[in-house]
Amino acid sequence: MSATIATDTSDARAGVTLALPALMLFTGVVVIPLVMTVMLSFHDWGQYKGIEPVFILKNWIEIFDDPYYAEMFWRTFRVAVFATVITAVLGVPEAYILNRMRGPWKSLFLLVIIGPLLISVVARTLGWALLFGGNNGLANKLLMSSGLIDSPVRFMFTETGMIIALAHAMMPFMVLAVWTALQRLDPQVENAALSLGAGSLTVVRRIVLPQIMPGVLSGAIIVFSLSASAFATPAIIGGRRLKVAATLAYDEFLNTLNWPLGAAVAVLLLIALVLIVVGSNALIERRYQEMFR
Amino acid sequence: MPFLALDRVGKSFGPNTAVEEFSLDVAQGEFISFLGPSGCGKTTTLQMIAGFLDPSHGTIQLEGKNLVAVPPAKRGLGIVFQSYALFPHMTAAENVAFGLEMRKISRSEREERVRAALALVGLAGYESRHPRRMSGGQQQRVALARALVIRPSVLLLDEPLSNLDARLREDMQIELRQIQRNLGTTTILVTHDQIEAMSLSDRIVVMSKGRIEQIGTPQEVYEQPASAFVAQFLGKTNEFAATVDCTAGPAKLVAGSWSAPASVGVSGTVTVSIRPERISFGDTGLAGRITSRIFQGNHWLFQCDTECGPAIVIRQNDGQPQPEQGTAVHLTWQATDMSLRAGTAPT
Repeated sequence: MSATIATDTSDARAGVTLALPALMLFTGVVVIPLVMTVMLSFHDWGQYKGIEPVFILKNWIEIFDDPYYAEMFWRTFRVAVFATVITAVLGVPEAYILNRMRGPWKSLFLLVIIGPLLISVVARTLGWALLFGGNNGLANKLLMSSGLIDSPVRFMFTETGMIIALAHAMMPFMVLAVWTALQRLDPQVENAALSLGAGSLTVVRRIVLPQIMPGVLSGAIIVFSLSASAFATPAIIGGRRLKVAATLAYDEFLNTLNWPLGAAVAVLLLIALVLIVVGSNALIERRYQEMFR
Repeated sequence: MPFLALDRVGKSFGPNTAVEEFSLDVAQGEFISFLGPSGCGKTTTLQMIAGFLDPSHGTIQLEGKNLVAVPPAKRGLGIVFQSYALFPHMTAAENVAFGLEMRKISRSEREERVRAALALVGLAGYESRHPRRMSGGQQQRVALARALVIRPSVLLLDEPLSNLDARLREDMQIELRQIQRNLGTTTILVTHDQIEAMSLSDRIVVMSKGRIEQIGTPQEVYEQPASAFVAQFLGKTNEFAATVDCTAGPAKLVAGSWSAPASVGVSGTVTVSIRPERISFGDTGLAGRITSRIFQGNHWLFQCDTECGPAIVIRQNDGQPQPEQGTAVHLTWQATDMSLRAGTAPT
């Protein structure tokens, strides 16, 4: 009996010891910079005096008072929501088809889908910039020659362009999340529904979709949080004037040199994202607890 | 006219033949089992009847109508899958109601029939449970209720009891048989468990390597196996080679020093097979020695070394003293308990 207790305590001690390096790394590169950023957001800043380490709410009041910042945050979340909806609408059927493929085709198309992850974000977005490129861009030429639109659509420096490029960049995360959920499905379940008289559309709507919904939602959480905090795509497609939270923080830090204000923007974005992600995760878990008991 | 007729049905996957020349007539209300080891084509055949696979050739007819052209959703068959394939996001009642919903049956009738179906399988009161919160046996019952509630013309069972523990499986066998008898639903069961096939079916189709080995009642396939495969797959059996000696007087079966009168019409080399429970120990007969003796409650299992090879003997535990290990014995049996097949048994 005493021997077991001895082993238990030594096990616990070994656990702490083993976790120590990772814990120190986490503290050093995540916790401390984060705390410093939060503290920085309460400091004062002036054109000529620079950063003053005092505790004031100036930056936070400015963010909440000035509609300029509200517009920026609304744009950030609007773009992220649309990008998420597009990845879900396109990614779910994509994953379903991928899951039904066999042999070499499956691995080939999986590679095509995760392809965007293998290319640098900047290169990928510059590719989109080339496709969009003003009124004579490839995308506009294609749309106009196919008769879908009469006059060229503006893609560059618009939210539309930003959403398209983001949706493309985030697609792999959605497809992989849905695909994982699809693989957990009992393949006989679809046959069971068929045998009970359901058409194939009914099977997808009533049987497959409800079961993979948690996968779709977790994919949506990933895509949303990555889109809302994305930097490179909004910076290149949106340009200097169409700013989102991440590019705003960047500008405050590097152009205006108003670090405390930039820190406040970054911290607000972080808090908003954490609240949204944690909140929706809790909702999903409550909604689907019967299924995953 | 048979209720369900399969005529020379075959299925190949590329160069591999899964099922060939499968012909079977099923009468209405009959309980048929497809019995065989895994990979013998029994599930493939069931899937062709269900419509999940198209036969490469041959026809399947239900009540005289060609079934192959009908999509699975329109066949009106009830299927219980090995994994039960319940819809995990629906309650038991919603699972059972799904087939009725697809048939556009009014809500009130639907509720009535769902309640009746769940009561039939002994799950009254479990309507609002989700499958994940039910035991294997309960999930199995929901799957059965879901298949039966649509009043299928044929009930197809794909190894439905193989995921249950032994005790529950026996209970479910009895219950399944009772439900099937009461409803009179024509049923096809796929199984690799010979006990299950024998205790449930009116007729058994024994399959091996995509072919039908024998079709017959449980007694027929057990007592008169048509091939060495059937004899060995259903229960235990002893087989040894013998020759028919016609040189002097009436024909005799001879194997070593053992001999017995041969029935008319056999000649050359034959395989003699005897079920272990039909053998008793006597003063004359096939000489041997008991190598091990195992007590199994209601019977004793003896392994013997005879001059024709190893043999097993099962004796009822009727309270009589049984020979010890190492005893020299003679194995005897009635001539009617012995079946003969031309050729030597492949061993």
